[in-house]
Amino acid sequence: MTPSASPATAPTAAERPAPSVPGVGRRLLRRPAAVTAIVFLAAVIAAVLLAPVIAPYDPLAQDLQNILAPPSAAHPLGTDTLGRDVLSRLLFGGRSTLTGAAEALVVLLLIGVPVGVSCGYFKGAYDAAVMRVVDVLQSIPVIILLLVVLSVFADSESAAMITLGLLGLPGLIRVLRGNTMVLRDTLYVRAARSTGLTELQLVRRHVLPRLVGPVIVQSSLFASSVVLAETGLGYLGFGVQPPAPSWGNMVGEAAGVIDRQAWLLVPSGALIALLVLALGVLGDGLRDASAEAWSGLPAARPARRRRSAGPGREKAGPAETRRDGSERRSGETSAPSERRAPADGALLSVRNLTVAVPLGGELTTVVRDIDLDVLPGQTVGLVGESGCGKTVTAMAVLGLLRGGGRITAGQVLFEGRDLVGLSGRELRAVRGTGIGLIAQDPIGSLDPGFTIGSQLAEVVRLYERCSRGRAKARAVELLSLVRIPEPAAVAARYPHQVSGGMAQRVGIALALAGSPRLLIADEPTTALDVTVQAEILDLLLSLRDEKGMALILVTHDWGVLADVCDEAVVMYAGEVVERSPVDEVFRMPVHPYTTALLESNPASTVRGSRLDAIGGTVPPPGAWPDGCHFQDRCGLVQDVCRTSPVALRPLPDGRSSRCLRHDDAARLRKVSP
Amino acid sequence: MRRIVRWSVTSTVLTFAVSALTFVLVSLTPGDAARAVLGRDATPEQYRQLRAQLGLDEPLAVQYWHWLVRAVHGDLGTALSTGQPVLRTLEQRLGPSLSLITGALVVSALLGVGLGVLSAVRGGAVGRALDLLSMLGLALPSFWLGLVLVAAFAVALPIFPASGYVPLTDSPWEWLRSLALPVLTLGIGGSATIAKQTRDAMLDEMGRDYIVLLRARGLPERSIVLRHALKNAAVPVVTVLGLLFVGLLSGSVLAETVYVVPGLGSTAVTATQAHDIPLIQGVALCFTVIVITVNLLVELLYGRLDPRSRG
Repeated sequence: MTPSASPATAPTAAERPAPSVPGVGRRLLRRPAAVTAIVFLAAVIAAVLLAPVIAPYDPLAQDLQNILAPPSAAHPLGTDTLGRDVLSRLLFGGRSTLTGAAEALVVLLLIGVPVGVSCGYFKGAYDAAVMRVVDVLQSIPVIILLLVVLSVFADSESAAMITLGLLGLPGLIRVLRGNTMVLRDTLYVRAARSTGLTELQLVRRHVLPRLVGPVIVQSSLFASSVVLAETGLGYLGFGVQPPAPSWGNMVGEAAGVIDRQAWLLVPSGALIALLVLALGVLGDGLRDASAEAWSGLPAARPARRRRSAGPGREKAGPAETRRDGSERRSGETSAPSERRAPADGALLSVRNLTVAVPLGGELTTVVRDIDLDVLPGQTVGLVGESGCGKTVTAMAVLGLLRGGGRITAGQVLFEGRDLVGLSGRELRAVRGTGIGLIAQDPIGSLDPGFTIGSQLAEVVRLYERCSRGRAKARAVELLSLVRIPEPAAVAARYPHQVSGGMAQRVGIALALAGSPRLLIADEPTTALDVTVQAEILDLLLSLRDEKGMALILVTHDWGVLADVCDEAVVMYAGEVVERSPVDEVFRMPVHPYTTALLESNPASTVRGSRLDAIGGTVPPPGAWPDGCHFQDRCGLVQDVCRTSPVALRPLPDGRSSRCLRHDDAARLRKVSP
Repeated sequence: MRRIVRWSVTSTVLTFAVSALTFVLVSLTPGDAARAVLGRDATPEQYRQLRAQLGLDEPLAVQYWHWLVRAVHGDLGTALSTGQPVLRTLEQRLGPSLSLITGALVVSALLGVGLGVLSAVRGGAVGRALDLLSMLGLALPSFWLGLVLVAAFAVALPIFPASGYVPLTDSPWEWLRSLALPVLTLGIGGSATIAKQTRDAMLDEMGRDYIVLLRARGLPERSIVLRHALKNAAVPVVTVLGLLFVGLLSGSVLAETVYVVPGLGSTAVTATQAHDIPLIQGVALCFTVIVITVNLLVELLYGRLDPRSRG
């Protein structure tokens, strides 16, 4: 902004420059591979530039008495077909490669940056036209055009390199266009726009600084392809002509004596390969470092975490659990939990279940000491705010933890058998037929690549070992079971062709295919339209009754809980804080968190009274306080709550509470139901 | 359908772009085809005559139009260096090039997808080893790699011929043997590209919700990885395969030179060295047609793999 525009006012957000990349350089220097690459590149460039000074011999000086010599003290890299020193020739021969790379890069950047940024910034017809040209450019076989150019421009290497720069444009333009499109709509750019900066000023001040990272990454990767192309042309006999050395023509010379002295291939070829490798490593390193800098998280870690979530881990995870189950984890305070025997005749008995997930490189406990019982045919509701560990608990029952999570302690007894520590094969036998799962995002839960019918038929065949035809018929049956009209037509559709409600019905059909005794439904209606929610819930319940299944319902809706569930399990910050029959919970909660949660439920408050939100937030895993996790938001907190962990204790009436003042919890209620 | 329409537009533009570009470039050449044919000793009269005969005295646009009309009728002119019709040369050279490139593409796809899936699923040390391998595969210059393979498997251990090409119709076995090293040369770099893409796409897919649900239904991991995740991961990989094909065309120029394979690529090199403009124009056009065909195949495959693209 010009000084006269607002001399008196303090700088607004828009006037400040775009937040610069926070320490990409520093993060880059923490990567040993990237540092090695930088040092190597710098050394090569310096050596080539200083060739006249540091080269031990004249690159053209022949010594016919001493041809094709292997490396020696006098000739560290040996001599070539005419007895010339290979090292000296390498040093001088790099010039054409480096010059070529510089020429191509200049062309690339001079055209690519303005075009890419303007495409992303202005969009519209201009952008569409440019992108069509880019499509075409991308389809041109590079080397053929280079050869045409060389044949036309009488072997001018500069012409070839300029062409190469032009052919590299698609990559750079695409990347810059994409980045700019995101940037132009970010809050701070929009804010800046509203202050009246011209578009050009906006781009210069707020968009370009953020594009420096991607430009360097692309340049580095592009340079590596230029090195390959330039040396390739040299090898084919274009560009620098013998006897003057170039890396490419040195490889060509070595090719002629491949049966006499294979060593001669090594110095030039290895140098080219190392240079390309270094540029690639630098580009990758920069990309990761800037991704890390922008996200504030180490970029490499989530990838590794995701990878470790893959198969094979299932087996390793629980096995390790056994060994270090008693070990203390970061963020985990040991609670004096009492050993409680599994409930008699329970279908599912979870005991002392503890799950840890690698967060920021450290294994952090996310749920701890969970107890849960589900009797055959019973419906248990898991309630609590977001981030309390409801989903993790439900998924741990199936042994399906994401993000490399693992069960570090406890038991999951299903029909008397502990699922923790079972092999992948044994677990698979339980999944689907013993325990079924319905997830929150209905469409994302279906494989986009297969029709609904074939996904159903696949599981039917897995459970029933029947013919394809039979499985297909059964798939349609299942679809009509979940009350889908025209089931045969829906079976032929792909997931993206059906509505969310329809997809959730399909999800239910898929879960029912194996006739499980226990169904876990993780907020099955949250992602749906309000009008569809009730339908899906009704369907779920009538099927539950029809099949006599037990149900674990993860929810944050007290209304649903009251209507549907027999037992409520209230979770807070990774712990079960209360287990009670549903009627009892509403009548007299035995944990202050339950009370607070009920108070904040709009359905339960009396019309005209104030709707309470619970003050504060759920402490995230790793930041749990010593003592009771709810202490900072609790109206009943005492000193003792802060000093020692509180255990989940059974009360005389068969309920359980993790509160030292459970008798007072109900008194926090302002209104009675 | 929309993709096919887009393909036809792009293809038409591409054909015109490449042919017009070569045409314009050629017109910039100091001296012209007539000079190249006649050499320095020709009289101005001879020169004028030949120019008129070759149509070089007409405006550039008219020349291009004539060339285009002839090209559509299958007449790509006469190669200056050999005196043969360009089209016949191209026909002879097409077989070896397609054998080489198709072979390399198959090797890249099989090896690359295999390694990529393995590295995505295994992670850990296996993944890192594969990362390193694929980085090396990308960094090694193909012409140099070819020479190293010759030194190893044709000179030191004479298993394969060092050079030459045997047509399939002469001897299928010798055909395979003559292609082994060139295909491997191009396939190593190609599979590195594909492995990297496959790994990223697979990691992406394996992190999605539907994978968790498939596991929750008790499906065997093998089927989840190879049937479900791989099918969806294949969509971006196929795009890259198309781009790789274009890259392999370029690579074939070098590989054919290293192994003395009489294909389109080596023809392009000799034509360039001889400044044989009609021939190199013909090769460029031929390459363009191949690229267009491959793009069409990619679009069709895309439609099969990704139901969403069918609308």
